[in-house]
Amino acid sequence: MKSNQKPNLGGYFPRDRVRHPDAYTPWYKTSVVRSPTKALISMNNTLSEITGPVFGHSMLGDLDNDLMLNYAGAGESAIGQRIIVHGRVLDETGRGVPDCLIEVWQANAGGRYRHAKESYVAALDPNFGGCGRCITDEDGNYSFRTIKPGAYPWPNGPNDWRPAHIHFSLFGHAFAQRLITQMYFEGDPMIPYCPIIRTISDQDAVQDLIAPLDMANTIPMDARAYKFDIVLRGRRSTMFENRMEGN
Amino acid sequence: MVQKLNLLKESASQTAGPYVHIGCVPNFCGIEGVYPEDLGASMLSEKTQGERIKITGKVIDGTGTPLKDVMLEIWQADHNGLYPAANEHRGEADPNFTGWGRCPGDYVSGEYTFNTIKPGIVPFFDGRPMAPHITFWIVARGINVGLHTRMYFPEEEAANAADPILTRLEHQVRVPTLIGKKTGEGEYSFDIVLQGENETVFFDI
Ligand SMILES: [Fe+3]
Repeated sequence: MKSNQKPNLGGYFPRDRVRHPDAYTPWYKTSVVRSPTKALISMNNTLSEITGPVFGHSMLGDLDNDLMLNYAGAGESAIGQRIIVHGRVLDETGRGVPDCLIEVWQANAGGRYRHAKESYVAALDPNFGGCGRCITDEDGNYSFRTIKPGAYPWPNGPNDWRPAHIHFSLFGHAFAQRLITQMYFEGDPMIPYCPIIRTISDQDAVQDLIAPLDMANTIPMDARAYKFDIVLRGRRSTMFENRMEGN
Repeated sequence: MVQKLNLLKESASQTAGPYVHIGCVPNFCGIEGVYPEDLGASMLSEKTQGERIKITGKVIDGTGTPLKDVMLEIWQADHNGLYPAANEHRGEADPNFTGWGRCPGDYVSGEYTFNTIKPGIVPFFDGRPMAPHITFWIVARGINVGLHTRMYFPEEEAANAADPILTRLEHQVRVPTLIGKKTGEGEYSFDIVLQGENETVFFDI
């Protein structure tokens, strides 16, 4: 049995709400009427929070982690800068999180999403859908291949743009670890202007969402690599508190 | 100098944005042929044990308007109160029940629907029974950190009155925001109100 699969350990480390965005961030206008105004009610983790669904590697198709090809016609591929995004999913104790489902979505190279509600004038790429998924290996490693998304404008302030980014949804081992975040790209000059990034006031937390160019893992004459590690909540490893009786 | 704890910090949350469908329910938003079906679309099979129930509702903003770009996930125990999880050590959950569902709000009405079963009783960490409940997780454009809440069942009056979570809420006047409404045989509605007078209780779990 792996050390991170011991039964009946403690709950998850409390979420550091100072590091996460506040709910009410009026410069990101949609948050104004969608933010709870009463305090969240704190509770110790119960079985309902420390358990979570299991996603098997067998559900994955061969191209699920290849956004360059998974929507493309035969012999075609998406237009754009070819990149590999890879990294590890870790928990706060530094252990790799195996069997973590990662789902990603992004705009195409021109900054256009394939979605009915998308209104940006940039062209659709007929060979790019914009979704991908993978499951981490036993050490928490993952990788996928895609094209670098473009920056895009959005209706918020009179002239707001999103920096290039990839949306990440992560399923660790517990519902308490559920997380959606975004990956940004090293050196993007749009980052300081983004109202959504500025929902995070902790500048270290912002830096941790910016993936560095990873020349060591770049494939010559093919695709550049960016490395993006993601940290999910850690779990108490002491056996002595809040143990469920009779289980 | 003392030893270093060397703990990492959880990655910061960011909003799911308006296009969460592309990544999480691509077939729903017309991106077909990448995945055979959207994850979490079906929790049941004919063999699933337990009482069939249907839960519908909307997620409502501070102006009273339903969110039309919301995505909800639910997680619940099987009919015996066992979770279909790798770390469920109390017994084997119903192999024909996933325990997990995902549903986007309807583009026009904002309504969500889950077809599932009524969960059994799960113990609190101190062993006391928790009333049957379903855990909800809500993400959308404008929600910076996904919101956790629970739906309890209106017919479980005695169990709800003894539930360790419901009883410890200081503002008991808010308890009804966590209890679904029975709308028919095996049918419940559960609206989630993001802010205002009847703001749903959200948990920091
Ligand atoms: Fe985006």
